[in-house]
Amino acid sequence: MTPADYEYLRKLLKDQSGLDLSADKQYLIESRLLPLARKAGLAGIPDLVARMKGGSSSHIAQVVEAMTTNETFFFRDKVPFDHFRDTIMPEVLKARAARKSVRIWCAAGSTGQEPYSLSMCLKEMSAQLAGWRVEIVATDLSNEVLEKSKAGIYSQFEVQRGLPIQMLVKYFKQSGETWQVNPELRAMVQHRQLNLLHDFSQLGTFDVIFCRNVLIYFDQDTKINIFNRLARSVEGDGFLVLGAAETVVGLTDTFKPFPDKRGLYRPNSARAQAAPALTMPRVAAGR
Amino acid sequence: MRTCLVVDDSSVVRKIARRILEGMDFQIVEAEDGAKALEACKQAMPEAVLLDWNMPVMDGYEFLGHLRRMPGGDAPKVVFCTTENGIDHISRAIHAGANEYIMKPFDKDIIAAKFQEVGLVPLPEPTVA
Repeated sequence: MTPADYEYLRKLLKDQSGLDLSADKQYLIESRLLPLARKAGLAGIPDLVARMKGGSSSHIAQVVEAMTTNETFFFRDKVPFDHFRDTIMPEVLKARAARKSVRIWCAAGSTGQEPYSLSMCLKEMSAQLAGWRVEIVATDLSNEVLEKSKAGIYSQFEVQRGLPIQMLVKYFKQSGETWQVNPELRAMVQHRQLNLLHDFSQLGTFDVIFCRNVLIYFDQDTKINIFNRLARSVEGDGFLVLGAAETVVGLTDTFKPFPDKRGLYRPNSARAQAAPALTMPRVAAGR
Repeated sequence: MRTCLVVDDSSVVRKIARRILEGMDFQIVEAEDGAKALEACKQAMPEAVLLDWNMPVMDGYEFLGHLRRMPGGDAPKVVFCTTENGIDHISRAIHAGANEYIMKPFDKDIIAAKFQEVGLVPLPEPTVA
């Protein structure tokens, strides 16, 4: 791949998806795009770039999909799901006791492992959620991965990464060498194609947003912009879960870290709280 | 150092499993069938057992039943590792006291994931990208 090809791909990915590749990610491009080029019957990446420059929108779409699709597995990193079960849901159960509904957004739902991990967590607490309306919205840039997520069909290899065997037996149906998520779990997850660079206010507001391992690809201004819009999509007493390498610190004050829970954030209501606090001395002085 | 008993009638599989598990800081004891595995457990109870199902003399399922009735036999974490990948076999294994279940073919990532699952090895640092 020539430096010119690399620059072309970098710029195209930045414009189309916000993906911000640093100058040293040639290996990433080659590992993702060479198989794609071969599949398309092309000799290599230069040919692929030539087709893209020639205006082939299908090649461009495939390249954007291939570069923005991330590895994922069930209960990836474990800790965020512990937070969900032990910290987030107990709070939600209290705060939404009257409304009896919870809305969760997986903002980079990918091939479904994250939304289905969450739906399994929720199933495990179904006694407490009896009579509740539970909604998980999974969005992704890529239609291809959303189709896989919708189908909920995984290879033997995929179900052995992160998924406890009891969960596999309980929530999946075996079909030859593949395993499919139960219809009941699939019905809990809605799928929508979505580019985080675009407006997402139409999704409504959520109690919990999982937005893991996607913002790391964006430049600083884009991150700030997305955080600010996420803040408007999360309930004032809701939660934001980021990936292990991601943080809001130094970027925005719309969210603040939850104490001692890595990757967990809440909308910053400090300003709202500050206003009444400031009037207090005057009230005291008037007495 | 903790010990993992690798039970499989294929010497090739035992060798691959040994290499992976030694890389995870386990000391390895090998057995080629369930009866030899029971003998090994009587001499010294391992922390972990990686267990094939179909073997001559005594199969893995029968071994597990004997192991769990032995004094101290409830302690080892038992991870089946077998080509028997049907849900009926998996359910029977869990019912008989298996802690985890690997469907062959396996690789290093799957063994590591399953051993993390049952707490035999610590969770890795969270992955990025």
